[in-house]
Amino acid sequence: MTDATATPTPAKTRKSLTSPDAHMEKRNAAEKRFKFYGIAAIGAGLFFLVVLLASILTNGLTAFQQTFIEVPVYLDPAKLDKKGNRDPEEMAKVSTFGYAPLLQNGIFAQVQEKGIDTPLAKSKDMKALVSASAAAQVRDRVLANPDLVGQTVKVSFLASSRVDGYLKDRVTRESVARDKNIDAEHLDLVDALRAEGLVEKRFNWAFITGADASESRPEQAGIGVSMIGSFFMMLVVLFLALPIGVAASIYLEEFAPQNRFTDLIEVNISNLAAVPSIVFGILGLAVFIQFMHLPQSAPIVGGLVLTLMTLPTIIISTRASLKSVPPSIRDAALGLGASKTQSVFQHVLPLAMPGILTGTIIGLAQALGETAPLLLIGMVGYIATNVPDGIAAGFLDPNSAMPAQIYEWAKRADPAYYERAWGGIIILLLFLFAMNAIAIILRRRFERRW
Amino acid sequence: MYDAPFSEKNVTSNAVKIAADKVQVYYGDNHAIKDVSVQINDKMVTAFIGPSGCGKSTFLRCLNRMNDTIDICRVEGDIRIDGEDIYDKRVDPVQLRAKVGMVFQKPNPFPKSIYDNVAYGPRIHGLARNKAELDEIVEKSLRRGAIWDEVKDRLHAPGTGLSGGQQQRLCIARAVATEPEVLLMDEPCSALDPIATSQVEELIDELRQDYSVVIVTHSMQQAARVSQKTAFFHLGNLVEFDDTDKIFTNPQDPRTESYITGRIG
Repeated sequence: MTDATATPTPAKTRKSLTSPDAHMEKRNAAEKRFKFYGIAAIGAGLFFLVVLLASILTNGLTAFQQTFIEVPVYLDPAKLDKKGNRDPEEMAKVSTFGYAPLLQNGIFAQVQEKGIDTPLAKSKDMKALVSASAAAQVRDRVLANPDLVGQTVKVSFLASSRVDGYLKDRVTRESVARDKNIDAEHLDLVDALRAEGLVEKRFNWAFITGADASESRPEQAGIGVSMIGSFFMMLVVLFLALPIGVAASIYLEEFAPQNRFTDLIEVNISNLAAVPSIVFGILGLAVFIQFMHLPQSAPIVGGLVLTLMTLPTIIISTRASLKSVPPSIRDAALGLGASKTQSVFQHVLPLAMPGILTGTIIGLAQALGETAPLLLIGMVGYIATNVPDGIAAGFLDPNSAMPAQIYEWAKRADPAYYERAWGGIIILLLFLFAMNAIAIILRRRFERRW
Repeated sequence: MYDAPFSEKNVTSNAVKIAADKVQVYYGDNHAIKDVSVQINDKMVTAFIGPSGCGKSTFLRCLNRMNDTIDICRVEGDIRIDGEDIYDKRVDPVQLRAKVGMVFQKPNPFPKSIYDNVAYGPRIHGLARNKAELDEIVEKSLRRGAIWDEVKDRLHAPGTGLSGGQQQRLCIARAVATEPEVLLMDEPCSALDPIATSQVEELIDELRQDYSVVIVTHSMQQAARVSQKTAFFHLGNLVEFDDTDKIFTNPQDPRTESYITGRIG
């Protein structure tokens, strides 16, 4: 009890509140230090992000521009249509080798007409300026419209990758000294043609929409077809992983009894999320291709493998968002005589929706950027030549995917492919940004309202 | 002094609505409710009081089998409503809960409109054949919940936008809308301010005309004000069960006396 004691407790030394004591100063210093560490960490992170983005942009933006040569070309009937009857079948027998000299003549005619002084005295010397794809481009145009034969038409075609590199400062006079494909004289000629406005850099839609090209013509390569491959894979992932993942999570979270077996399943789902993606690739190779005999290199197989990889992500995020729905909502529904299913589907699931959608989109974004498993099921290499015709072909025909295409370009020898790899990364990053933006918008839209 | 009950005069029925006999509840190895036998009358408010953790909420949740949702919970003994064993294998708890409504400690309206909150029960139980009937049920229930005048102009506003006291009355209206016969209330006023509390208490007294109401409360004044019968729980035992007047003025058990005078709890 509180009996008064005889000796009063010694009076505490009074201290002013305005002067902090030693202990307080120490605590304040610790707090300041911690804040500084935090700011420093974030600063370092931002710095590296800026460096990363800057290097991607400086290396990759040039891929969106390409050098074109635009000259009038005389489509010589003596070469293209020897019989003179404009029969497309007859004319189809003339290969691109028949067209290439016409382009060279076209350039050479301009050189002479403009009076450009160059030691390159023959039409054949122009070959180094022209992309190997240009002849095919003109041929396609002529076969589509045989009446062009005999006329002089203005043609805009790709310059060779060396010329393109020269305009982008990748190819220099020092480097061409060791290059058998092109000489310093050619570079002088390019300078002169450029001054005449016949050679120029333009925005290159073909990079975004086109197909991959062979090793020797990087100027023609585009990421478009592998984008379609990625699109079909994402369709497979979305339509398999979302329903399976959400159904599994709802069952595990709301219906399954708590016992050893469900604990085991739970632990293994978490473990699956940490399995290296290349393991899923080898699983896909063994199961989908070797056992089930699905076509190799096809987006459907890629999609199935990525589904396996994405499922744990979706299940974990869905379960987390189901858990975050307050139990009082379930109680309220059950207390009114709703069945378990009614309470889950009519009350819990709508509230968990933003989390489920966000998790799904993040999972999809992860799958979109995944390369390793695709290597094992053959979705790399020089595969795509054309846009798949039809939806079934989109799923079943060999194709590549954007990250695999980037990987493929990065390992090719020609330095012109280097900028295309970076350019591909820019496009991939744009997709990822877009998907994350959608995730944020959906989360805002369905934000919890209790 | 304790406040006088609102309407002593209207205690009309002595019919037994719920009869619990030797009920035991276990949470895993924990024996939470020990041998509780109690009889709850129709058209009467029965209060369960007792210190925290004494098992009064657990026992309440046995009466509509809400404890079924807890995996480790096990209930033994016999609980009959209108003479029917509610733990019989043939009884579907979903059907039982339509008959035994519940109001929870924290107001928990669905994050939907006020109208949809009240209409949810009638919809899932098929109580209305058309929109007009449903409108009627909603209005009647909101009137019974003594909240109609406050929300009639904004039935399609979210129920979560109401104040705490209004939310709780909305939850009561929602529980009433399924036309239950028994209404269980688990500390319905613990999250409310005194004004909202008195509104809810008045409402409980009115509801007694039609339902058998069981209320768990921490507040002895509240038990004294609204209930006609009071059960005192302590450490999982039912210590004393009698008329409210008697419990508060002349308790038989020394533990009850200690609790209501504030010495244990």
